[in-house]
Amino acid sequence: MTVLLHAHGLGKRFGGLQALSDVGFDIRAGEIYGLIGPNGAGKTTLFNVLTGLYVPEAGECVFDGQSLVGRKPHEVAQAGLARTFQNIRLFANLSAIENVMIGRHVRTRAGVLGAVLRTRAQRAEEAAIEARARQLLDYVGIGARANDLARALSYGDQRRLEIARALATEPKLLALDEPAAGMNASETLVLRRLIEKIRADGVTVLLIEHDMKLVMGLCDRVLVLEYGKRLALGTPAEVQHDPRVIEAYLGAGAAQSAGGVPAGAAGSPQSTADAAASRSGDAS
Amino acid sequence: MNLPARSKPLPARQLASILLIGAVLAVLPFVLGLAGQGWVRILNFALLYVMLSVGLNIVVGFAGLLDLGYIAFYAVGAYTWALLASPHFGLHLPFWAILPISLALAGLFGMLLGAPTLKLRGDYLAIVTLGFGEIIRIFLNNLNAPVNITNGPQGINRIDPFRVGEFAFSRAQTLFGIRFTGPEKYYYLLLLLTLLILLVCVRLQNSRIGRAWEAIREDEIAAKAMGINTRNVKLLAFAMGASFGGVAGSLFAAMQGFVSPESFSLTESISVLCMVVLGGMGNIPGVILGALILAALPEFLRAVVEPLQRLLFGDVVLDPEGIRMLLFGLAMVCVMLFRPAGLWPSAVRRRELAGSTGEGV
Repeated sequence: MTVLLHAHGLGKRFGGLQALSDVGFDIRAGEIYGLIGPNGAGKTTLFNVLTGLYVPEAGECVFDGQSLVGRKPHEVAQAGLARTFQNIRLFANLSAIENVMIGRHVRTRAGVLGAVLRTRAQRAEEAAIEARARQLLDYVGIGARANDLARALSYGDQRRLEIARALATEPKLLALDEPAAGMNASETLVLRRLIEKIRADGVTVLLIEHDMKLVMGLCDRVLVLEYGKRLALGTPAEVQHDPRVIEAYLGAGAAQSAGGVPAGAAGSPQSTADAAASRSGDAS
Repeated sequence: MNLPARSKPLPARQLASILLIGAVLAVLPFVLGLAGQGWVRILNFALLYVMLSVGLNIVVGFAGLLDLGYIAFYAVGAYTWALLASPHFGLHLPFWAILPISLALAGLFGMLLGAPTLKLRGDYLAIVTLGFGEIIRIFLNNLNAPVNITNGPQGINRIDPFRVGEFAFSRAQTLFGIRFTGPEKYYYLLLLLTLLILLVCVRLQNSRIGRAWEAIREDEIAAKAMGINTRNVKLLAFAMGASFGGVAGSLFAAMQGFVSPESFSLTESISVLCMVVLGGMGNIPGVILGALILAALPEFLRAVVEPLQRLLFGDVVLDPEGIRMLLFGLAMVCVMLFRPAGLWPSAVRRRELAGSTGEGV
């Protein structure tokens, strides 16, 4: 499989805090790549570095053949990396469909003159933007809410609208920052189906998530960060049994006991993971 | 404000209301003219304010950038006309040369203001734009030495009126058997330009560019992450808004025949901002309403306050000028208290599946 995103040696410092140090990883085209770690581990910082909101002090990041370091956020989106936000950032006072239509901005070209003169090309493009936006709303399952204000949508629908808006930019890599946060079990299940569908349609997915059940069930590989450093990397099963990961989430004692009862851990990998999730939830 | 698609016939009700508004706009100056030509002049100024507030609405209402120095672009437009069509430099360029120049020059000044303020928002942006507006006014006030460019505080006099060939807008004239006064002719000119500006604004708002502006207003970081080049799109908003201000300024200079720096004070910037906010930021019909009300209300009060007092008390008890501003302020406070989003706030623009996807696909 080809490598879509290659990062190595990424470092980012905020004053005295080294938020990221020497982080490196590869994301292969077509996979769902998980990014986990306790709160404050640097997951969102890594997202912001990748998407151009932060400029890293060290390291290199190559996406689809071009370097992302020092690129502006809009150039990163242009290159084909779209994201959602941990604390939802929709255009709250615009309707759902307008939110998605804005996502089409980067793939369309009509300028002032075209808009003022209503040229044939501009009208065709405008109609195509709207049709595509409607498709995407249906795709994520909120087609019926197209004309509702983004801020009037339910929490789960807002999350899905953010995904639709990101998909409108035609990304090669879709980066989701805690998409399941605040969702109940059934909403999470719908979300999981959606992410699987997105991957099946050829979009690579990078997923930050605290819901371990979702991460472990969905991801092909998982990168674990702690204190801004790479702690572990591997398949969900490998990561779950890594004593360093268990220690990071549950403490040293838990690592020993979990390691001591391999049958339990293997038989119900979710139990450890769920405990880990609730533990990290407490920490926030 | 979705414009109906060109290919479809207008619904009868819409057609009727357009015809009605058209008829009212066509005869308005003659009706007001019965009460005196002064009222036609007030109407003309109201139209200038509509242009200004619709222009400012692009910056403040659409892109969400608070601009307290907007009147500077009005000044740039006015002085462009004044310098290129007056005995001051002995230049008398025709309107078709000056209007594009003042449009471009004001737009350029818009970008000059925009460039250093790209990273500022809210209070900080307001302070910088306020300073910019004052800088322009003070420049105009002082650029009479060592080389006399603006004639300083005396201003520029005997500016050419708007003239199309031999057709001058300043003189009274009988056309098609109807006598048109100067202000009445200017009214139709201003109306034409206002409608043009409105068309541009409405079409921009419902376009890719308009959506990008609104995205920046709603959440700049998300807008960036969605691939919007916020720097260019913001500069475009400043330039577009400024250029409309420039056109309005040129018309002001031509209509008045005189410009001086004191017409472009901070108070004027704030008045235009009040029109935008009071009418309903971001909603074009609301902004028009705000401009018309705020332009006409002081004049209306001026005409009403004194006679009303004579009628009630038999004498002028309160100074008309003072009570006028008092009532004006009271009206503003009430509107902001009871309708904080403006008199006519923007509604969610509904998109119907059958509506606009039908054509062009």
